[in-house]
Parts: sequence; structure tokens; C-alpha cells
Amino acid sequence: MEITLTHYLVLSTLLFAIGLIGVMRRKNLLMLFFATEILLNSVNIGMAAISHYRGDYTGQMFAFFIIAIAASEVAVGLGLLIVWYKRTGKIDLDQMTSMRG
Amino acid sequence: MFEAIAFYLFAALTIVMFTITVMTSQALYALTAMAAGMIFISAFFFILGADFLGAIQIIVYTGAVMALYAFGMMFFDTTRNVIEKRSNPRFVVVLGGLAAVLVVFIVLAPIVTNNLEAHYPIDLAVGNTQAIGMVLFTKYLVPFELAAVMLLVAMVAGIVLAGKKMDKSLTLMAEEEIALLHASTANETTEEGVH
Repeated sequence: MEITLTHYLVLSTLLFAIGLIGVMRRKNLLMLFFATEILLNSVNIGMAAISHYRGDYTGQMFAFFIIAIAASEVAVGLGLLIVWYKRTGKIDLDQMTSMRG
Repeated sequence: MFEAIAFYLFAALTIVMFTITVMTSQALYALTAMAAGMIFISAFFFILGADFLGAIQIIVYTGAVMALYAFGMMFFDTTRNVIEKRSNPRFVVVLGGLAAVLVVFIVLAPIVTNNLEAHYPIDLAVGNTQAIGMVLFTKYLVPFELAAVMLLVAMVAGIVLAGKKMDKSLTLMAEEEIALLHASTANETTEEGVH
């Protein structure tokens, strides 16, 4: 019953798939943010696992920076969400069709 | 043995929690399930010996997810169901599975070829936090500073976007001026209503 790197990578991939399904499924923008957080976290698990099994600190460093990026994404995203909500009163993706292309 | 038990237990818990987050139609369930899932993920970091990363995961995500939680409570009537598009669920599942398999190949390719070498090998003589600090502040100092600047920019952006009346300081004004300011904003809103 040895837990290998593959176990962790498969788990990471499963969580990534869950997050991807969420991104494709959600129409509500706040729920979409949750799905992106799941994506970032699943990648972090893979990074930490590779760092452990290869005996290298680089993976943990990258996970650390990914956490910093996730935090700033939440800050800016919520700010934009508030502005949009103040203007329209809705945070649905279907309402954001002002750009025609 | 204990490692295997812990891995499978936390893997099952994390997958269940994130599935609830993605699939539920209640905003409140999604928020609480995601907060729980984030805490469970830190368990993997502790199992893998990345103690510092686990602590950071708990601190950052408890803070960030609690902020999200508060905004969720503010934005939604949490008893109301969130309406989602369900155009073709099978299409979504197939696409997600395909992308997941692709990611497995991407991650496994360097492992299979087995030509990676450790740039900063793990030293068991010092603790994880100390070693992280030594690598972070020597080899990754420039990315660290860039991340700091990025967080500062994000903080300023959040304040500017979400803050109201940023050009006036409420702490330096007298009570009468604040009352006047409130009266003028009330007038503005009524005028906007007329227009």
C-alpha cells in the first residue's frame, strides 16, 4: 500500500476535471470564481507531490506563487464584481453581452 | 500504511466537497463545501512534508474564502436557487474528461522520461520552513518581490474598485460636513431617479 506520485497526480487531475466542469457549467460569476479556485488548488497538489517525490524545493516554490496569484485574483475579481453588481444588479454571465464580435 | 489511509480519506473528502461546490444549486452549500475542501487540501501538504505550504494554505484560504463567503451572503438571497444553464451535460462531461486525460499526459511525460534533476534538493537536516525561507530569499528573490508588487497592485485595485467616495476623507471632516455630504448624495440619487 505504497502511495506513489501517480496517486497524487491522478487526484490532482480529478480535482482539475471537477473545476473544469464547474467553469463550463456555471453561469453565475461568483460560482465561476469558486471553480477557478478549485483549478488552482488542484495544480498546487500536483506541485507539492512532485516536490516531495523528486526531492526538490522548486515545486513548493511554484505552489507558493500560485497561492499569491490566487489571492490577488480574488481581490481584483471581487472588486470588478462589485462594480458590475452596482451598475446592473445582476452577476450573470449572460447579461455581459455588451461587446459584439 | 497510515499514509495510505490518510491519503484515501482526504482524497475522498476533497473530491466530495468540490463536487458539491460545483454541482449544488444553493450558494450557501457551495461556499461552505469549498471552505471545507480547501482545509482538506492542506492535509495533503502536511502528508507530503510541505508544512509551510500547508499552513499558508489554511491561512490564505480561510481568509479569502471567508471574504468570499461574506460577499456571497451580501449578493445572494441564499435561500434562492442559483439558476444554471444545462444545455448539454454530456458534452460538458466528455470535454472535462478529455482535458483531464490530456493533463495527465502532460504531467506524466517528464516523469516517464525520467530526466529531471533536482535544482534545490530537499535537505532533511533543516526544517521545511527554514529551507523554504533559504530558497525563497536567495534563488527566488526576484519572483518574490514581483509577487509582492502584484499583491500591492491587486490590493489598490480592490480598494479603488470597491470603495465609495475615495476622494473625500470621512475621518478628517467635521460632523456637519459629513451630514451635508450625505444630504447632497441623497439629492443626487433622487435627481437621478427623476431623470
